[in-house]
Amino acid sequence: MRNYNLTEDVFVNPGNMGCPGCGATIAMNLALKALGEKTIVTIPACCWAVIAGPYPMTTLKVPILHTVFASAAVTASGIRAALEYQGDNETTVMAWAGDGGTFDIGIQSLSGAAERNDDIIFVCYDNEAYMNTGVQKSSSTPYGTNTTTSPGTGWKKTRKKKIMEIMAAHRIPYAATANIAYPQDLINKFEKAKSIKGTKFIHIYASCPTGWKIPSEISVKIARMATKCNFFPLYEVEDGIHYQLNHVGDQSVREYYKMQGRFKHLSDDDIDKIQNYIDSDFEVLLGRL
Amino acid sequence: MNEKVMEGSHAISEAVRLCNVGVVSGFPITPQTHIIEAIAEHCSDGTMKAKYINVESEHSAMAAIVGASSAGTRAFTATSSHGLALMHELLHWAAGARLPIVMGEVNRALGPGWNIWTDQTDSLSQRDTGWIQLYCEDGQEALDTVIFGFRLAELVNLPVMVIIDAFLVSHTYEAVSVPTQDEVNEFLPAFNPRIKLDLENPQALNQMASPQYYMEMRKSMQLAMETVEDIYDEVEDEFHDTWGRRYGSVEGINLDADVVFVTSGTATTTCRLAIKDLTDKGESVGMLKIKMFRPFPAKGIQNALKNAGKVAVVDRNFSFGAGGIFAQEVKSSLCNLKDAPVVFNFIAGLGGRDITTDTFFEMYEKVNANDIPQTESEWIGINEQELK
Repeated sequence: MRNYNLTEDVFVNPGNMGCPGCGATIAMNLALKALGEKTIVTIPACCWAVIAGPYPMTTLKVPILHTVFASAAVTASGIRAALEYQGDNETTVMAWAGDGGTFDIGIQSLSGAAERNDDIIFVCYDNEAYMNTGVQKSSSTPYGTNTTTSPGTGWKKTRKKKIMEIMAAHRIPYAATANIAYPQDLINKFEKAKSIKGTKFIHIYASCPTGWKIPSEISVKIARMATKCNFFPLYEVEDGIHYQLNHVGDQSVREYYKMQGRFKHLSDDDIDKIQNYIDSDFEVLLGRL
Repeated sequence: MNEKVMEGSHAISEAVRLCNVGVVSGFPITPQTHIIEAIAEHCSDGTMKAKYINVESEHSAMAAIVGASSAGTRAFTATSSHGLALMHELLHWAAGARLPIVMGEVNRALGPGWNIWTDQTDSLSQRDTGWIQLYCEDGQEALDTVIFGFRLAELVNLPVMVIIDAFLVSHTYEAVSVPTQDEVNEFLPAFNPRIKLDLENPQALNQMASPQYYMEMRKSMQLAMETVEDIYDEVEDEFHDTWGRRYGSVEGINLDADVVFVTSGTATTTCRLAIKDLTDKGESVGMLKIKMFRPFPAKGIQNALKNAGKVAVVDRNFSFGAGGIFAQEVKSSLCNLKDAPVVFNFIAGLGGRDITTDTFFEMYEKVNANDIPQTESEWIGINEQELK
């Protein structure tokens, strides 16, 4: 049994380049606690390309192959194929990408790997914008967000892409959402993913104090609120069709939106509209159970 | 060793099969597709143990084998034209990661207009990516170059592109002498990667490099490039000892002649016929074939051309606003030579237009008619009425 005490069995070295309160760094720490030392990680361009450390240092205690922005999934596929050729079916290969490297530039490669059902875990740590380049809008950015490329009254008027539905449509054996504010649930999901052969997709909600314009000390609290208001429900999908909900939220989205600088321009009417979106999305999810 | 009649594409596939490659990725594009089809067949019927990955783009084809090579297996893919262009980012990545990947590349024109026929501009556009580039004249040379290409790549830790002409090599059936597996095993030892993802010794590969380190990384690539010509010669010596064939980074015929053509790819084969014909008629004409384009064998070329009367570089490629790409490189390698010969540049055969012996006779006459070139590059066989 791995020790899940947060301060033990740590595969992420201290002194890394994550911002204070970085949800993505918490996410990696938890993921590797579950996966253990027999893991190879590939990282495309994203915050983690920086957090992982510049040459000649490294943040992780497992091997990392840095790769190009569009290619996290297929780089993992290549590593997996090479390990299999060498008779290694034990080592876990994990692609670790941000929302840009998953929802946008990385989606072709991700879809290819999922269709082939390559034996990898693909993780999207979702901070809902291109944070590493300074908070630009991605297709994961939610309705109503100000970013540096959707500034002022040009705040994002379209909705966050439903990446889980896209992945479920590939009928991969396992897809799950997870949240840094629910560490045991997250760890359970990685352990499950590790035990399943084929393509596994884990979508982690990873708050970003810098980009979301929140104090770093409420990073985890905000992430928890996202699940409690059903903005980011926790659920699993097996074989693309068997849904299981892990948490039912019962709070309104208002407070979640009001606490973040990226939404501060929104009117009460805007937030009402968002509440409707979230309610109807949650209904759709409940309908799939 | 036995002789088989096979396509140039299949000569490459056969070489890959013999090289004990661990991972192959493939995405179809005419005229490359036959290479990966044959490999997929070898993997499917068990005559090849490699893991074959059907990827969703050429960008992914190269990313997959960057992953595979980094994880310690010999890796191969093949592409052409638009596929190579789409791969561009990963070509830099593979070379910068110092991975000994070998890739088959079939020279094909880039659109628009869509054109599937031969033209070298696709591979020459990748000249600054850090790949060794080896151009081949026929199927035998392609098969041989893949085999010693892996050897070379693994000795210098740089990727190797083995390049053939669309259709003229890729789809042309010729007799090819195929080495035995035992012979290849002896020539090409089991892959012993210098760079590898290792659970026992976890490191980060290809990570962020600040200005403090980046320049040394690039200089190290250049230092490796500078060893390529000598190591290539040594590898070819060994290859010759086993199989009796050798190509050289350049090959010269009658280099002291009044006119020396410089060629690459299948234009070389035609040139051989043309200069034989001209020589039989008493003309003083020679030929220099350039096989290795990166690293550019400048010293060898300088040495080969120093006694030529005039040099005529035939380019089946073009750099807009500059000229033929081989000509630019040849000129630059001659520019510090005392009494360097004048260099004429002819653009011929773009987008698969035929280069025949008559094309060479026409160029020969043009060179003889002028002491110095009248234009930077002269396009051969242009229909003026089609120019807009």
